Amino acid sequence: MNYHEAFFKYLLILGDTSLILAQRLSEWTGHGPFLEEDLALTNIALDTLGHANVLLEYAGKVENKGRDQDKLAFFRNGREYFNVKLVELPNGDYANTMVRQLFVDAFRYHYFNALCGCKDETLSGLAQKAVKEIKYHYRHSSWWIKRFGDGTEESHQRTQNALNNLWRFTGELFMPDESEKIMEEEKIAPSLSQIQYIWNEDIQSLLKEANLTIPKDVYMQSGGKQGVHTEYLDYILAEMQSLPRMYPDAKW
Amino acid sequence: MKSEKELEEIFEKKLNNNEFIEPKDWMPEKYRQHLIRQISQHAHSEVVGMLPEGNWITRAPSLRAKLVLLAKVQDEGGHGLYLYSAAETLGISRDEMLDALHSGKAKYSSIFNYPTLTWADIGAIGWLVDGAAIMNQVMLQRTSYGPYSRAMIRICKEESFHQRQGYEIMMRLALGTPEQKQMAQDALNRWWYPTLMMFGPPDSESPHSADAIKWRIKRETNDQLRQKFVNQTVPQAEFIGLKVPDPNLKWNEEKKGYDFTPPDWEEFKRVISGNGPCNKERLAARIKAHEEGKWVREAAAAYAQKHKKEVLVS
Repeated sequence: MNYHEAFFKYLLILGDTSLILAQRLSEWTGHGPFLEEDLALTNIALDTLGHANVLLEYAGKVENKGRDQDKLAFFRNGREYFNVKLVELPNGDYANTMVRQLFVDAFRYHYFNALCGCKDETLSGLAQKAVKEIKYHYRHSSWWIKRFGDGTEESHQRTQNALNNLWRFTGELFMPDESEKIMEEEKIAPSLSQIQYIWNEDIQSLLKEANLTIPKDVYMQSGGKQGVHTEYLDYILAEMQSLPRMYPDAKW
Repeated sequence: MKSEKELEEIFEKKLNNNEFIEPKDWMPEKYRQHLIRQISQHAHSEVVGMLPEGNWITRAPSLRAKLVLLAKVQDEGGHGLYLYSAAETLGISRDEMLDALHSGKAKYSSIFNYPTLTWADIGAIGWLVDGAAIMNQVMLQRTSYGPYSRAMIRICKEESFHQRQGYEIMMRLALGTPEQKQMAQDALNRWWYPTLMMFGPPDSESPHSADAIKWRIKRETNDQLRQKFVNQTVPQAEFIGLKVPDPNLKWNEEKKGYDFTPPDWEEFKRVISGNGPCNKERLAARIKAHEEGKWVREAAAAYAQKHKKEVLVS
């Protein structure tokens, strides 16, 4: 994998992870647990979709084969998507959505923060804007996890279940793909092991405060960054891509 | 202390001077009830209205279209929020209003009981449904109840944006491939008459109109607004090469407006009374979200309660 190929794939990992997460979050729109929260989550979906849009646009430019963000979003199949598996999992109940969101927010907050100082100006500019938004997302999901953990028996149980279910997908966030290794060597990508260290500290202290327990001896799932996904992803894509695929010549 | 008669005179005087009635002012009970009904119905319409449009968020055909639609649906929810707050100033709680919606006692705009079957329906809703809503809402910016008027001023700014976005979707389709154009025409065919119904029954049969005009809650009648809407929309359809599905549509020079076929009022009654294509699904979706959100709301309340105690103890 040369630098150019690595850079393109690296941007797809970031862009696809944002896009698929936004797609999942937007399934909640109109169905949230109460109106204010419906609006808050929709706003997070909107920010995240905005990140996907600029990341994929940049990926298209880096690839330089005439594909824009829509070509990349709507005309790649599941094996060509490189998001982490965590974001493609079904929303489940609100506890499951919030635990997933907490894991992703903590990761993205520290990751984009580090990316602000990267030597690629486009990426660092993009990260500086995104990190301001992700800070609020992280605050929001942390706020809920504390309330769920220390709210009612039911909320505690649901959240612990979500944690048990989702923990095995967190490892992939920190397992570098070949493209990420190259980008890290090139001083473009932040060090995933450093992010992992901060992430662990954050998550452990928050979960402790929320009286929640991290499951032990869990085998970590991976494969998303290599395009080997869960069975869920292709259903997401089938839905998301249906119109442009049905009318490939149309402009919307 | 002033007698009821004196209070009523003050109230009337304010109305006549075009002054706002504010939450702490005395107001006739019927005026209060009329407003609660109207504002909560309006709030419910915004929230139920998130569903037909939300139906296409995950399938929007470009990332830009998806961003615009998400933002739009979020705006609708925000409008619901302002309106629930405005209604609360009249002494009704959000829970009471939601109970009324879920039990079927409170209504919402019948337009949202129609399905969104194609992407063009998202354009048609923005262009026609929001266009019709704006006709009403522009008038309501000058409504006599202060909090309602102020909510409307904010809402109108966003709605006119939505209408332009909807029209833009329609324009792209109408000027696109033959399949796209057909999709746009089909959406117009299906949404035209339901949109005309949004202004409510004809003046001759409108049960609440007289009071609403008297109290300056409304300033134009259902039929006047409907006419205005038709006059405005027909040229917009023509401009993008779409045909309004009404064989009797004709410019009437004398009244400086179009003559048009009224919608099928039997269908209107049927949909209002619960037998539209999506009434059951819309209400079921709202009830499901509310019930499944119960433990979330309880957790937040329990946490607040526990931590309030801690603050008191320390």
